[in-house]
Amino acid sequence: MSGTSGMASSAQAPGSAAAPGAPVLVADGLEKSFFGVTVLRGVGLTLRAGEVHGLVGENGAGKSTFMKILAGVYERDAGTVRLGGEEVAFTHPVQAARAGLATVFQEFNLLPERTVAQNVFLGREPKRRGLVDRKAMLAETRSLLAELGIDSIDADAPVRTLTVAEQQIVEIVKALSVDARVIQMDEPTAALADHEVELLYAIVRRLQARGVAILYVSHRLKEIFDLCDTITVLKDGALVSSGPAAELDTDELVRRMVGRPISAYFPDPEPGTVVGEPRLELRGAGNAYVDGVDLTLRAGEIVGVAGLQGSGRTELVEAVFGIAPFTRGELRLDGQAVQISSARQAVKRGVALITEDRKAQGLALNQSIADNALLVIRSVFSRRTRETRRELPGVLSSLELSSRGLDQEVQYLSGGNQQKVVLAKWLATKPRVVLLDEPTRGIDVGAKVAVYTLMRRLANEGVAILMISSELPEVIGMSDRIIVMHDGRASAELPARSDEATILGAATGTLRVGGEELR
Amino acid sequence: MSTTTPASVRRTAPRRRRLDASLIVGIALVAVIIVGAILVASVGRNFFSAGNIRDILTGMSVLGFVAIGQTLVILCASLDLSVPYVVSLSSLIAADLMAGNPANIPLAIVAVLVVAAVIGLANGLIVTKLKVNGFIATLGTGLIIKGYLDSNYKGTSGQVPWEFQLIGATGIGPIPISTLLMLLVAVAGAFFLARTRTGNHMFAVGGNEQVARLSGIRTARPLIVAHVLCSITAALAGLLLASRLGVGSPVVGTQGGYDLLSIAAVVLGGTLLMGGRGSIWGTIGGVAIFAVVDNVMSVMQVNPFLKDVVRGVVIVAAVAVYTSRSVDRRRPRFANAAPPPTASGSGPANGSDAREEARA
Repeated sequence: MSGTSGMASSAQAPGSAAAPGAPVLVADGLEKSFFGVTVLRGVGLTLRAGEVHGLVGENGAGKSTFMKILAGVYERDAGTVRLGGEEVAFTHPVQAARAGLATVFQEFNLLPERTVAQNVFLGREPKRRGLVDRKAMLAETRSLLAELGIDSIDADAPVRTLTVAEQQIVEIVKALSVDARVIQMDEPTAALADHEVELLYAIVRRLQARGVAILYVSHRLKEIFDLCDTITVLKDGALVSSGPAAELDTDELVRRMVGRPISAYFPDPEPGTVVGEPRLELRGAGNAYVDGVDLTLRAGEIVGVAGLQGSGRTELVEAVFGIAPFTRGELRLDGQAVQISSARQAVKRGVALITEDRKAQGLALNQSIADNALLVIRSVFSRRTRETRRELPGVLSSLELSSRGLDQEVQYLSGGNQQKVVLAKWLATKPRVVLLDEPTRGIDVGAKVAVYTLMRRLANEGVAILMISSELPEVIGMSDRIIVMHDGRASAELPARSDEATILGAATGTLRVGGEELR
Repeated sequence: MSTTTPASVRRTAPRRRRLDASLIVGIALVAVIIVGAILVASVGRNFFSAGNIRDILTGMSVLGFVAIGQTLVILCASLDLSVPYVVSLSSLIAADLMAGNPANIPLAIVAVLVVAAVIGLANGLIVTKLKVNGFIATLGTGLIIKGYLDSNYKGTSGQVPWEFQLIGATGIGPIPISTLLMLLVAVAGAFFLARTRTGNHMFAVGGNEQVARLSGIRTARPLIVAHVLCSITAALAGLLLASRLGVGSPVVGTQGGYDLLSIAAVVLGGTLLMGGRGSIWGTIGGVAIFAVVDNVMSVMQVNPFLKDVVRGVVIVAAVAVYTSRSVDRRRPRFANAAPPPTASGSGPANGSDAREEARA
C-alpha cells in the first residue's frame, strides 16, 4: 500500500508537499451539458497550495457539476484540468483520490455498520502477509484523527454511532489518508451545529497549514468570508469572477451571485387573500426529535420554516403528519385538539405532506402519472376516485404539466414535472393544511414558479401552508412569517421579509433576534 | 461562542451503542438452554448428559456447514436457494466415486469440491454478470441440479467405505468429529471475513453497493467468492451426510430443508437479510438454538408437526426482536414522553424571547 505509507511520512512534515502559493490545480474552460442543457460554460479556476478557495453561486449555478468533473464523477465535454502540472481526466472518484484530489461529497459515502478505520481504508485496506492489517488501519486512522485534533472519535467504533459532524470528519480523514493535495468540500457545514462548525474551521485551517489546497463550496457566505483566501463566483453555469476574498464584501458577493432582484421569482399574494382562523396549532409539542414547538398556522397563510439540515425541520412536519407522532403537548386542527398517530389519519383530517425526497417518498417511479396522482385518493378516499379521475387532466394542466399522456411512467418526467405530479396527488385530497418539505429542490426555474403560484392560489382558497426550505431567498420571498428551527426546537419566529443574516443567525444559534450580530 | 447551550445538550446525550447482535444471540442461546434443561428435567431426563450433548452437537453439524456459507452470501445481500440440491449431488458424487474403496476417498472429496465450486461460480456469475437477483438465480440453478438428480437417480446410490463413515460416527468425548470440523470451518470463515480484503468487502457490497463501488471496490468479486464458498460448504454438508448414511441420496438435501433452514439460522443469528451486517458466530448461535429446540422437543417426544410450529415461532419472534430494535435508526434528540431536560431549558426560552421581539 504505497498510499498509506506515503501518508504516514508526509504527516510528519506538514506543508512540505508544495511551496505555499504554488498552483496545484488549474482548471480551464470546463464545459458540460446534460441532455442538451448546458450547465457549465467555460469555467476555470486556479487552486494554490495552502489556499482555501471558496466556490459560490446560487443553486443550479454549476458548483456541484464543476466539483464532480474535477472528482471524476462526470466527464467534461471540453476544457483542461492540470493537477500538479500534468493534465488529468479522471473517470472515477477513486482514481482522482489516488492522484491526490479527494472530494468530501455532501452525501456521505460511509458504511454505518463498519468501523471508522474500516471506512477510512475501504477499498484499499493495508495488507500484511496477505491479510488485512487491522492494527495498521487503526493506528493510521488514530494518528490522522490526532493530527486533526480530534479525540472524541474512536477509530474502532461503528460509524452509525457517530454524530453527523463526526461522520463528516471521517470523510475528511478518508481524504487525508490518501495524502490528498487538493480536497474539495461540498457544503461541509450543511448538517453541522454551530460548535461543530468551529471544529470544521479548525480542521480546515490545519489542512491549509499542511499545504493542502481546499476548494470550499458553501451557501453560507459568513463561512466563505471566515475561511477563504480566494472566492470564485459562478452564475448560470458561467464564471462571474475569481479573485482575493479581501476585495469583496457580502453585498458585492450577493450581487455577483444573484445578478438580478430575487423578488422577480416570487409572485405576490393573490388579491383577496385573507388570513383567517387558525388551521393548525401546536402547543409545547414534542417527540424524540423535536421539542417544545409552539406554532399557529392560519388559513390563507404561508409560513416558512428555515433551519439547518438536521435541525428538526423535517421531523417537525413528520410529527404533524403522524409519521413519528408527537408524544407531548397539544395539536389542534381547526381549533379541535386531535391525536394524529398515522399518516392515514393525517390525510383523513385534511393534512397533506409533500416530502423532501420526491423519488423515494413521493412517487412510485415505475407507475403512471394517473396512478401516482390517484394514489392517496384510492387508498384513503376511494369513493372519490371516479370523480378525481375526471378532474385529473384539468388539475394537471393547471399545473402546466408537460407529458406524453397520463399513462406515462413518472420516472421519465423531469424533476419539475415529477413534483407537479406529487402536488396533483395531494391537491386531489382537498387538503386544508399543506406541509411542503423542500418543494423546489432540484427543479428548474419554470417549475419553481409554478410551485410558488400554486402556493399563492391555495392560500387564497383558505389553505394553511407550512413550507420548509433551505433556500433563504425562497423562505423570504414566499413567507408571511418565518419559523426558524435550531437543534430540534423552534428557536425563533420572524416577520415576513426578515433578512438572511437574521435567519441564519437564528438557525445557527449565534444570533438573538433583534439583537446585533454575534461573533 | 457563549450561546452554545442547545448544541451542547446533544453532546452530553449518552452515546448509545446497541448490543452487538451476536451477543444477543448468545444470550438467547443461554436462555433456550436453561428453559430446555428445565423442561427436560421435568420429564426426568438430564439435558447435560454426555449422550444428549452429543446428540445436540451432531444435530448442529450439517446445518452448520450450510449456514456458514449462507451467511457469506446473505452478507453480500444475495441468497442461495440451490444449497439442498448441492448437498444431495455432493453425497451422490462422493458415494459413487468412493464405491466402497478407501483409496478413492481423496479423489472423491476433490471431485465433490470442484463440482460445488463450479456451481457456486455459476451462481455468482449469473448474479453479478447477468444481474439476475440471487433468489431467482439460485432457484434456477437449484432446479437444474434437481432435474439432473431426478432423471439420473432413482434412489440411493454408491457405497461409502467404513473409513469415511467414521467421520460421521466418531467423536472426542461427547464432541463429534463432524461438529469439530464444522466449527473449524466456522473459524476459517470468521477469519476470512475479518482479515481478508475480499471478506471485508463483502460487508461493503452488501451494506451499500454504491459506496463500495465509489470506494474503488470491484463489487462482483466478493459476491462471486461468497457464492463459491457457499456451494463448497454445502458440499461439505453433503460429504458429511454421505458419511453418516453410508450411501449417496438424491433427496437428502431437500429432506433436510437446508435452503430455508439455513437462511433462518443466519437471520436468527442476527445477520441482516438485506446484507451488510452479521457474523458467522451469530449464525452458529442460530444453528445451536435450532439444535437445542429440536433436541428438547424430541426428548419430550413432542408431536413432530408441533415441532415445525415451534421452529416457526422461534424464527418469527427472533426477527421481530431484531427489526423492532432497528426500525428507527435516527438518534433521538429528546427523551420521549418526558418533560424537557433542564439543561436545555434555554432553547424554548430563547424562542419565546424571539417571538416577543418579533412582535414588538
